[in-house]
Amino acid sequence: MTAELIHRLHFAFTITFHYLFPQLTMGLALLIVVLKSVALKTGSEEWNRAARFWGRIFAINFVFGVVTGIPMEFEFGTNWARFARLSGGVIGQPLAMEGVFSFFMESAFLGLFLYGEKRLSKTLHWFSAVMVFVGSWISGFFIIVTDAWMQHPVSYDRLPNGQFEVLSFWQLLLNPWGLLQYAHNMTGAVITGSFVMSAVGAFYLLDGRLPNYGRIFLKVGVTAGVIASILIIFPTGDLHGKYVARYQPAAIAGMEGLFKTETGAGLVLMGQPNEETGRIDNPIVVNDLLSFLIYGTTKAEVKGLDQIPNDQWPTALPLLYYAYHIMAGLETWFVALMIVSAFLLWRNRLYTARWALWALLLSFPLPYIANTAGWMTAELGRQPWLIYGLMRTSEGFSSTVSASNGLFTLLGFMGLYLLMGILFTVLIYREISNGPEAKAVAAEATHAN
Amino acid sequence: MMGFIWFWLVAVMIVGYVVLDGFDMGVGVLHLFLVRNEGERRATLASIGPVWDGNEVWLLSGGGTLYFAFPLLYASAFSGFYLPLMIVLWLLILRGITLELRNHVDVGVWRALLDGLFGLASALLTIFFGAALANVLRGVPLQADGYFFLPLWTNWQPGPHPGILDWYTVIGGLVALVALTLHGALWLTVKTSGELEQRARRIVTPLWFVLIVLTAVSLLATITVRPASLNNYFNYPATFIVPVGVAVSLFALWLFNRKAQPVKAFLSSCLYLFFMLAGACWGVYPTLLPATTGTANDITLSRAISGQHTLAVGLVWWGIGMVLAIGYVVFVYSKFRGKVDRPESGH
Repeated sequence: MTAELIHRLHFAFTITFHYLFPQLTMGLALLIVVLKSVALKTGSEEWNRAARFWGRIFAINFVFGVVTGIPMEFEFGTNWARFARLSGGVIGQPLAMEGVFSFFMESAFLGLFLYGEKRLSKTLHWFSAVMVFVGSWISGFFIIVTDAWMQHPVSYDRLPNGQFEVLSFWQLLLNPWGLLQYAHNMTGAVITGSFVMSAVGAFYLLDGRLPNYGRIFLKVGVTAGVIASILIIFPTGDLHGKYVARYQPAAIAGMEGLFKTETGAGLVLMGQPNEETGRIDNPIVVNDLLSFLIYGTTKAEVKGLDQIPNDQWPTALPLLYYAYHIMAGLETWFVALMIVSAFLLWRNRLYTARWALWALLLSFPLPYIANTAGWMTAELGRQPWLIYGLMRTSEGFSSTVSASNGLFTLLGFMGLYLLMGILFTVLIYREISNGPEAKAVAAEATHAN
Repeated sequence: MMGFIWFWLVAVMIVGYVVLDGFDMGVGVLHLFLVRNEGERRATLASIGPVWDGNEVWLLSGGGTLYFAFPLLYASAFSGFYLPLMIVLWLLILRGITLELRNHVDVGVWRALLDGLFGLASALLTIFFGAALANVLRGVPLQADGYFFLPLWTNWQPGPHPGILDWYTVIGGLVALVALTLHGALWLTVKTSGELEQRARRIVTPLWFVLIVLTAVSLLATITVRPASLNNYFNYPATFIVPVGVAVSLFALWLFNRKAQPVKAFLSSCLYLFFMLAGACWGVYPTLLPATTGTANDITLSRAISGQHTLAVGLVWWGIGMVLAIGYVVFVYSKFRGKVDRPESGH
């Protein structure tokens, strides 16, 4: 295994595991604000307890996000030193800003939210929930700005020593690629949050206990879920896709499995890309639809991989194709399930429609898969570039860190994360079994003094 | 000028990290020896529960600021110290997970395991951080292209081809272990009460004696390993105030602890850490990472710095951001002020 592959796997593995947690953090932060707002407005102790319950799950999830997040910042230097050396002046900026503007806010107010309920007024406690939400969403923004510059470098200059420098601070922050990606990504996080909340609600109702809380969770989860499931496709996904098509034709050709340039290109719903023959095996295609989705007309020409020099093809073509299709397929399921559930909720029939509750319960892992697949689409689509069009991935990894040392620490992370994954599952399962009425964990009892 | 400013801004972040997360780690080490029952353990851990993760943010923000202001240093040091940094990451993960989750577990055996791992991770972290600083002071075998790679150990000698651990860096690790354990003990005298507080107060004096010896040894060792550390001091004799500050704060720490003024004793300990780190920074300035392969390979301020425009813009948002951040920190600490296990009026 080459050092380049090891360093790619190292980052890919640690970031994939890491992002399982922030997507729930960000989605849930919004929903907790909703719960707290209703509690504050109506004075309902039930809604407040619901907020506290999700606060406990949030806390566990947040810690896993924090401790798996630190390696990500470090790995820019440890595993991608040659990239860090040249890019620090640009993307070091949003990364440092994330710490300075978001993490201080988030950690401070999370401490207050979790441990300070008895020390704060009701409004101030609600306010700390809002600040945790704002902090986590700002954090997401700076990470997207970082990625967006690698996907679509804007407003940069090169110093004589090869380092990149920012020309306009605001153009870096307001990179159109970043804004579209941010909208799409945050919607994805809300989908994760709302599916998880709905699933727990469905679980309580199916299990026949805690029906009051089950209803609250379904009400909030399905309402947020139907909005987010629509927004993920239109307009955020649609606009983002068009932008990718405009600036990364190789990525879109790879995602769609379009080997040959076509006028009136069809949309491949299923099939396996065959790199040897340059065709899709076992295809199920809707004629002209791809041209229509990208350009708004069925007759438009869509650039295929045949028009792209071979050394600029995405390096993991089939994986890119599958990742994109998995994401898009799951999004379709989200919209279908959530529209039906929302309809039932509106007709007041959801709480007794066991088949719908089962579907909601069993669907909770799917947003995690969709979010992961979406990020794989973005990052594999960027290959073979590290900074699109400017720096290749092969030029960025740490040349002094051998494949062997990289493999050693990759295996270390795999072992550690396996244990943590098991631990996380057990702890969350326990919180859900105990339910919102359970006495607060021991920690809060002590802190509250 | 920009270089000078950003050098000290990064230094401030590092000091902030050591002073704040330092007591978390110290408490982590101490709780293994100091507490007698579950109630005391809870009080001990509750003293850092709401703040540890905010304290850790100083490391992340410091890292981000370093990456932004001195990309060459970030790239070189992080890839060169690859193995110890990965171990630090694992320890940080272990520390955070064990601390946060022990309260979600109600089986005694698992709790004991988590507590033990928490103490162990805290102790190893202090040693690694101390050794890391000592590595920077000693220098690393930088190549002309600005990169190096250090094994964990070679022959335990700080010669031209050292490892991460040699006799000098081990001293650095021990200084950090004792200094931060002492720092944690003083934090406990501020935050706890009763017998626990008394025990924490009593353990300060023996730790203090060890720390005096280690501090003196580490200063002498630094001068031996890298005599150039003294150049800045002799060129600007007024800066001998820094070692004087080390001595004074160390004395004040002991005095205030004896007079049972825990807050003042804790702040003296903060000052001690500040002076030690500032003294180290001043000892290498304007070099960021000295080379054991000849000064031509040193990573200096002017070589590592980002573009001037980048840094000028950075100064604006960094200033605004840190004022806000310090506001949050002060707010949180004031909300959680007072002893953890003594009910206060109105709650």
